[in-house]
Amino acid sequence: MSAVSAVQWDEAYNFAYLDEQTKRMIRRTILKAIAIPGYQVPFGGREMPLAYGWGTGGVQVTASVIGPDDTLKVIDQGADDTTNAVSIRRFFERVAGVETTETTEDADIIQTRHRIPEFPLREGQVLVYQVPQPEPLRKLEPRETETRKMHGYAEYGLMSVRLYEDIARYGHIATTYSYPVMVNGRYLMSPSPIPKFDNPKMENNPAIQLFGAGREKRIYAIPPYTQVKSLDFDDHPFKVQTWKECCALCGAKSSYLDEVILDDRGGRMFVCSDTNFCEDRRAKGHTGPLGADPAALAFAHKEPAQ
Amino acid sequence: MTPSASNDLLPGFADPVFDAQSAFRATLDAMSYPGRVQTVPTSLATPEPLGIAAGSLALALFDFDTPVWLEPVLAEGPAAGYLRFHCGCPVVSGMGEARFALVNAASLPRLDNFGIGEDRYPDRSATLVIAVPSLTDGPGTRWTGPGIDGSIGVQIAGLPDDFWAQWADNRELYPQGIDVIFTCGKSLVGLPRTINVEA
Ligand SMILES: [Zn+2]
Repeated sequence: MSAVSAVQWDEAYNFAYLDEQTKRMIRRTILKAIAIPGYQVPFGGREMPLAYGWGTGGVQVTASVIGPDDTLKVIDQGADDTTNAVSIRRFFERVAGVETTETTEDADIIQTRHRIPEFPLREGQVLVYQVPQPEPLRKLEPRETETRKMHGYAEYGLMSVRLYEDIARYGHIATTYSYPVMVNGRYLMSPSPIPKFDNPKMENNPAIQLFGAGREKRIYAIPPYTQVKSLDFDDHPFKVQTWKECCALCGAKSSYLDEVILDDRGGRMFVCSDTNFCEDRRAKGHTGPLGADPAALAFAHKEPAQ
Repeated sequence: MTPSASNDLLPGFADPVFDAQSAFRATLDAMSYPGRVQTVPTSLATPEPLGIAAGSLALALFDFDTPVWLEPVLAEGPAAGYLRFHCGCPVVSGMGEARFALVNAASLPRLDNFGIGEDRYPDRSATLVIAVPSLTDGPGTRWTGPGIDGSIGVQIAGLPDDFWAQWADNRELYPQGIDVIFTCGKSLVGLPRTINVEA
């Protein structure tokens, strides 16, 4: 009780912005999503007075899960300090009065767009993905009635055909983002536009993974410790991106790297996309080839190119 | 709010916003980590024989969109009025129409009475909230499936002898099927349809 009464938020709004009836509906949707891993649960409800590109689906899920004692982290393409991440963090500070953090381990809820943190997540943490297009088959089949049927009968041949066409054309599977996965051996699922580098982190993760699509009004989930397989073929097994370089700032060899242009003379470097991971490594004394270069450090905090 | 309807109508959550949130989180953890005992932190005076965890879950999740089936003891007692008043949920007489059911292990109807959803919409199925005498002192079972790291031993007490055989039949319907939440006092254990149980 004392913790609750200590919370301060802008009382022009209900706690966490959403009204209680909308939260109840989203909470019921989340529970069914957990019970049917990878299946897109539709939900009704009113429009959020927020622009869709802003991550309304993720915001609705976070608002329905978050409590006054939770600590929230928000990342956009791995960074805590981009406009999108800062706006959402400030939104929840204002409407829920919750603590926020940039440290992955300290967060109870992490709302993300386009990345999974490099630090392994733990039990009880909730990772909320913002999803622009929840339907992995949409580009192949525009009709919702048809894609529903395909999921209903697990008819996923079309997706295999598409990936195989990639192989025929490029000699390999060219998809690098939103790389489709099979969840618990049953549902084909879009992991949202994360790089395929992050796909293996979804499998057997101790945390709860929730996906919110605002425009399409769907929620889907991967429970902890669940099988998540990236689609592939025996002769073309799934592979994640690798880099010849290490992170120029912290020297990490196994993180996802963004290319950063340093000057107009072709100077460039590769740095960790996960800013919290990179800063933590540097604080612990790890350093990369440009780790002491002031120009490189100044550029490291700019938003990566889309 | 008129007091005339029932003098003995018990109050709902002391704090409707935070108590609903904490009850939901306990339920989310229960469904996400099946077999582990979770506890609702709310203190709630529920009409007998409705337990605190079951009552909290009802207040957190039921409303006019969720037809609810109540076992006869609840339907004929003060619980029905309590739920209608605080949740506004329709109490239905047909098990097949219910999105939630509040039942007791000792008088549990067969699971196949309840809605399993549709092939394209398997989420439109019932969630059974089953009150049991103990979540830890019953016969040993071993659970595997999503949310469980390897396997977990679970000892739910008071279930009908053929309950786990019925569960195996439910499991066969996947991705359709019912989901179960066992409750005892302030505690609960989730059993989503994905879980395989060795009795
Ligand atoms: Zn780095």
